[in-house]
Amino acid sequence: MQSKSLTISYLTDNSVEISFLGDWCLTCEVETWQSLQAQFEQYPEPPKEIDFVSSDLENWDSKLLLFLVKLDAYAQSRHIPVNWDGLPDGAKGLLRLATEVPERSGARRRTGTGSLVYRLGKWAMGGVEELTGLAAFLGEWLLSIGRFITGRASFRWVDFNRFLHSAGAGALPIVGVISLLVGAVLGFVGAVQLQMFGAQIYVADLVGLGVVREMGAMMTAIIMAGRTGSAYAAQLGTMQVNEEIDALRTMGISPMDFLVLPRTLALILMLPLLCLWADALGILGGLLVGVSILDITLLEYLQQTKEAITLTDIATGLIKSLIFAVVVSLAGCLRGLQSGRNSAAVGNATTSAMVTAILLIVIWDALTTIIFNRLGI
Amino acid sequence: MANGAQVKIGNRSGLAHIEVRGMTMAYGDFLIQKDLNFTINQGDIFIIMGGSGCGKSTLLRHLVGLHPPVAGEVFYQGSSFWQLAPNERNALMRRMGVLYQGGALWTAMTLAENIALPLEEYTSLTPTEVNELVSYKLSLVGLKGFEDYYPSEISGGMQKRAALARAMALDPETLFFDEPSAGLDPISARLLDDLIIELRDSLGATIVIVTHELASIFAVGNNSVFLDAASKTMIAEGDPKRLLAETDNPIVRKFLTRGEEGYP
Repeated sequence: MQSKSLTISYLTDNSVEISFLGDWCLTCEVETWQSLQAQFEQYPEPPKEIDFVSSDLENWDSKLLLFLVKLDAYAQSRHIPVNWDGLPDGAKGLLRLATEVPERSGARRRTGTGSLVYRLGKWAMGGVEELTGLAAFLGEWLLSIGRFITGRASFRWVDFNRFLHSAGAGALPIVGVISLLVGAVLGFVGAVQLQMFGAQIYVADLVGLGVVREMGAMMTAIIMAGRTGSAYAAQLGTMQVNEEIDALRTMGISPMDFLVLPRTLALILMLPLLCLWADALGILGGLLVGVSILDITLLEYLQQTKEAITLTDIATGLIKSLIFAVVVSLAGCLRGLQSGRNSAAVGNATTSAMVTAILLIVIWDALTTIIFNRLGI
Repeated sequence: MANGAQVKIGNRSGLAHIEVRGMTMAYGDFLIQKDLNFTINQGDIFIIMGGSGCGKSTLLRHLVGLHPPVAGEVFYQGSSFWQLAPNERNALMRRMGVLYQGGALWTAMTLAENIALPLEEYTSLTPTEVNELVSYKLSLVGLKGFEDYYPSEISGGMQKRAALARAMALDPETLFFDEPSAGLDPISARLLDDLIIELRDSLGATIVIVTHELASIFAVGNNSVFLDAASKTMIAEGDPKRLLAETDNPIVRKFLTRGEEGYP
């Protein structure tokens, strides 16, 4: 303690006078309530009354009030009358404000996580809720498509065109660059191995089949999950925060028809096309490596690729990408609509849309690869 | 309307706290208000009034330092806000508290975390002290016990009061209110007005309020400036009650009498 901020005098009639000295501000070192309380406790009987002297008090702010609030609570619990008259007027006013409204009973939160069984149960219930929510969403979406086909959905073609553009043409550069590089890497890795057998011409088969059957569809889907799926989640989540989705509902417009349908249809239309674009650029990447590093001529490489890839291979890639489009767009829209009403919830919705989409993409890819393999396609 | 024709009534003599000199506000080429000259005194409850869209909130944003004026200056206790060094300007801004129109509580934080943030950033208080201070600030606005609630879980009026508690976290010298009674029922609005007066008296703070609620203007204001959307400048200043009694300006009369007097 640098300087004394408080003196206590015990008067003859067993009452206590507290004098405040100097500055009582948030940045000052002052006497703590705990030390004063300890002094009170030392006396055999509680003081009859507490008075204040503030003539030597200089600057004060919330620090003084904190002290007084604690003193007030203590005095009330011990039934000690307090005479506030000696305090500055402002402090009296603030103290009255602070103690005027009693704490609402039951307002305070019960914190704590509960027992292990409780938490496990809660987690399981959450999982069930999640699954029923997913099923309900999927069902509603299919109904919405039904309404769209019969022309009863409130569907805005302007929006749809915008989504088509952003999910289609807008994604061409990034999908193109990544596919070209993935194709080139595949070609390079393959070339190193195949050269050992003198079978470098088969780089064309490796790149062609790898890109068309697997990498093209999967890379495109993952790029679009990050680029478009998360954007959908963020858009719908922000609309949820601003009560825009409630506004649509009260006008009798189904958010499913109006918001989800154009987004999902746009991506479902565009993702297979992007997949073809990715296939072409992937093959081009392999070709660049093959022609420049290995001694394969352009025509040889193209001929080999043409023989390696059948229409069925391209179709398997397209079927995969169609399913990926459904997964990515629905995950984005579902998470967006499920978002809470604050900034962190929108962030969580976006992350969750990405994670859900990528997880489902990889699972679906593995499943279809096995199925196609068994069917001999 | 030229500057000379401005109505000037009942300026309290006090210490000049904020002075606006020849200020012009614009967004790009779009002029909002020009030639603003007025003084806000220490301890005033100063009302910025005018019709919708006349630039009241923009003026508030200029006063708290969110936008630099296109021309003219704002002086805080004699020093020009925009000529201060950035760190001095920050120190000055820390002595202001702002209650935004929608509350602007950080929705991802509880009320306690909202109020604790400025305290943790700018003071060296211990976590216990911060918690005690947070409870005290919440009790000042009648929200004791709501520390662990998120803004979305309480009513609009409570959000406003919580935002006020946050604005007061650092014991500011100047409190700015943007439409404090918007969206509140008449009783809550009245209680908020009472709280504003109580805070001015107790904290000794200077209070600047943007509003067009006549009841609030007359209940709390002791000084004001009237912005006009048509002429894009201020057309009256002074105690709103005396403006009502004495001004001849038809636009101001029409506003202060809810359109019952003044020209059609």
